[in-house]
Amino acid sequence: MSIKIEHVSHLYGEGEAFEKKALNDVTMEIPDGQFLGVIGHTGSGKSTLIQHLNGLLKATSGTIYYNNEDIYQENYDMKKLRSKVGLVFQYPEHQLFEIDVFSDVCFGPKNLGLPQEEIEARAKEALEHVGLGPDFYKKSPFELSGGQKRRVAIAGILAMEPEVIVLDEPTAGLDPKGRDEILDLVAELHQVRKITVVLVSHSMEDVAKYVDRLIVMDDGKVRFDGTPREVFSHYKELEKLGLAAPQVTYVTHALKEKGWDIDTDATTVEEAKNAILKALKRPLKKTVSEKTDPGKGAAL
Amino acid sequence: MNIIKAVKLAYEYKRYGEDGQVEETLRAVDGVDLDVKKGDFVAILGHNGSGKSTLAKQINALLVPTEGTLYVDGMDTKDPEKVWDIRQSAGMVFQNPDNQIIGSVVDEDVGFGPENMGIPTKEIWERVEESLRSVGMWEYRHSSPNKLSGGQKQRVAIAGVVAMHPKCIVLDEPTAMLDPVGRKDVIRTVRALNMVEDVTVVLITHYMEEVIYADKVIVMDDGKVVMQGTPGEIFSQVDTLKKYRLDVPQVTLLAYELKKAGLDLPAGILSIEELVDNLCQLKSNM
Amino acid sequence: MIRDITIGQYYPAESVIHRLDPRVKLVGTLTFIISLFLHRSFLMYLVAAVFLTIVIKASKVPFRFMIKGLKAIMVLLLITVVFNMFLTPGTPFIRIWKLTLTVEGVKQAAFMAIRLAFLIVGSSVMTLTTTPNHLTDGMEKGLAPLNKLHVPVHEVSMIMSIALRFIPILLEETDKIMKAQEARGADFDSGNLIQKAKSLVPLLVPLFISAFRRANDLAMAMEARGYRGGEGRTKMKPLIYQKRDRMAYGVLLGYLAVMILVGRFAPF
Repeated sequence: MSIKIEHVSHLYGEGEAFEKKALNDVTMEIPDGQFLGVIGHTGSGKSTLIQHLNGLLKATSGTIYYNNEDIYQENYDMKKLRSKVGLVFQYPEHQLFEIDVFSDVCFGPKNLGLPQEEIEARAKEALEHVGLGPDFYKKSPFELSGGQKRRVAIAGILAMEPEVIVLDEPTAGLDPKGRDEILDLVAELHQVRKITVVLVSHSMEDVAKYVDRLIVMDDGKVRFDGTPREVFSHYKELEKLGLAAPQVTYVTHALKEKGWDIDTDATTVEEAKNAILKALKRPLKKTVSEKTDPGKGAAL
Repeated sequence: MNIIKAVKLAYEYKRYGEDGQVEETLRAVDGVDLDVKKGDFVAILGHNGSGKSTLAKQINALLVPTEGTLYVDGMDTKDPEKVWDIRQSAGMVFQNPDNQIIGSVVDEDVGFGPENMGIPTKEIWERVEESLRSVGMWEYRHSSPNKLSGGQKQRVAIAGVVAMHPKCIVLDEPTAMLDPVGRKDVIRTVRALNMVEDVTVVLITHYMEEVIYADKVIVMDDGKVVMQGTPGEIFSQVDTLKKYRLDVPQVTLLAYELKKAGLDLPAGILSIEELVDNLCQLKSNM
Repeated sequence: MIRDITIGQYYPAESVIHRLDPRVKLVGTLTFIISLFLHRSFLMYLVAAVFLTIVIKASKVPFRFMIKGLKAIMVLLLITVVFNMFLTPGTPFIRIWKLTLTVEGVKQAAFMAIRLAFLIVGSSVMTLTTTPNHLTDGMEKGLAPLNKLHVPVHEVSMIMSIALRFIPILLEETDKIMKAQEARGADFDSGNLIQKAKSLVPLLVPLFISAFRRANDLAMAMEARGYRGGEGRTKMKPLIYQKRDRMAYGVLLGYLAVMILVGRFAPF
């Protein structure tokens, strides 16, 4: 089970004055069970890309394969694809509409035409997985806090039992604790339900902690693709794209510049702490070099 | 002189049931004492629902205290005669950039406040130019706000407030809906106004990186002020901040962890340079 | 993208027509429309055509934009023509099956088509060369005398300009909500009328809630910036007649005079 994207381009306003290439010949594969982070500034094409994954947008050219089946072939069941690749949008306010939390979560499975007991069983399970107990079932979704609304939105997708869940900026507007809670929840879902996760985010610090693989989008293209540490080693190039590596990356690189014999791979506070403690015991190096190792490049 | 002074300030939201009886009261602001000096940059931190937005709306007299008093530039916000003077002295920028821009063209929007104040046409144009230049949006004066990025819209909103020549600007989570680039631009603009034009700034946020330049940081929780001090003082208390659902910038956390591991570092390190310098000093002393 | 839809189809250019006071353009459009209905005379329509062509040339808006509006009403135009051709009583011209084409009918149809087309193109000149805001301003100022009759002219024009600003935002939001619900398997396209109406609930509820929230926010933002109605407000861009506006009024008067004369002395 995987998603294969082959030479996908997407044009907005084709043939008109404001024609814009939102995606430009993107080729990539998302294997089953991966926790993938997608990063890029506003307008880099990341939102356009994820809307292709469940067929909400159709590529101007190129093909997408889900489980080796071309999703653009005739009679392909788009509705089924949308239940298998669940997409959670940035603002839960855009999807919550029912009178209470429970009915809102039932909306997805109901659209799949499942029997009533199955719908309710799925909704209960999904709400449990996002940490909302029965005392939330009858609450109006509009009375909830920002973090709780997001949980309901995620549950609404989970109830369709997707194999892949795509989250567009799930932490926007949340306070630090709320942000950590949602990200921890996503990480847990990835582990417990064994689903593939695609996490779109602005925050390098957030994704560094969780993802197996990170892709950086810019101008409709995938610019970097690799593990977080591979991608962050290009922190100077990332800055040119209007992005920044986590602060700890800057600390270790600055120390190296000062002649420290330090491992600059750290992407989290914990790793950086260990690297610094280790390097403190080592003598300073004579040569002051900043160049990243060309061998481990993740640039495309 | 204090531009904002709050004494035992409180605000209660009341929810009415169908029969018109008070069903529920929520004390969003609860006994806040606050002093903001002229020209200061004050940051207010707090998780969602801690009462910081309610406090901000009181400074602009959009909400009137249910208990206690709040003085803005010496005027009591409870005095209905002074409402419009207060709103002119303490301008307000809101969270959602789309929902506060009134004009269909950038320059017309910036002129909206001065128009309401009855400023003569010629002076409105001078003020619009001056404030759009001060936020770096002058070249976009003929654009439609709908074509701007979030960060640019917020800078236009700030210009709209600046054009009213306020003594103080209150920004209620102005960066919550922006991407990192827009966030940086907005904070840079706010700092410049504070430093160059000497406008008092009250910045409400939950992005920790944005408050490290503040003169004073106030932490709110459950409607009360629970911490107060310089950014260094506040950020040295990592565990206390976590208790209030907040965190610290990553570099501060790293310094804190290193200190916990036994390194002799000062408390409340805020910037990468500060940490690197301190670590290098440590190493040369070894 | 949906946000690129320009409401009111303004075409930005630097021209005399663009710079004219919106009140002149409003009055001008009205005058032009009235002039078309004064009499039925081909010579008159020729004068109107010449006048319209000169104005379009002066506006620097490409001709294809002007006739865009015509395409939209093409069906209506055709129906009018056909009905008029066959249903006007008069001298038979040709008989097709059971329908009689009359000379009067053909004439009538031609008049109708020309009038409608001129009417549309004439109003397009106004909307293409005036920003919606400017138009609102013109209406506010032009209708100011109605204030005396307690018509809330300022409020109405404020509502109009805010609506103009928020229509693109709400359109974009509609698009987003539709996508969010489609991602949950919602289907907005198939089914019968009742099913379709039902399927709109998941779209309309979030949209209304969002619109109310925006309205609330906006009201607060306006108050925070000292808005308290039209009284005591000054204008950043006040409408003041320039020399060119007075000249334009002169030209309009001349045009109307010519039309009246032609209508009277060359009535065919």
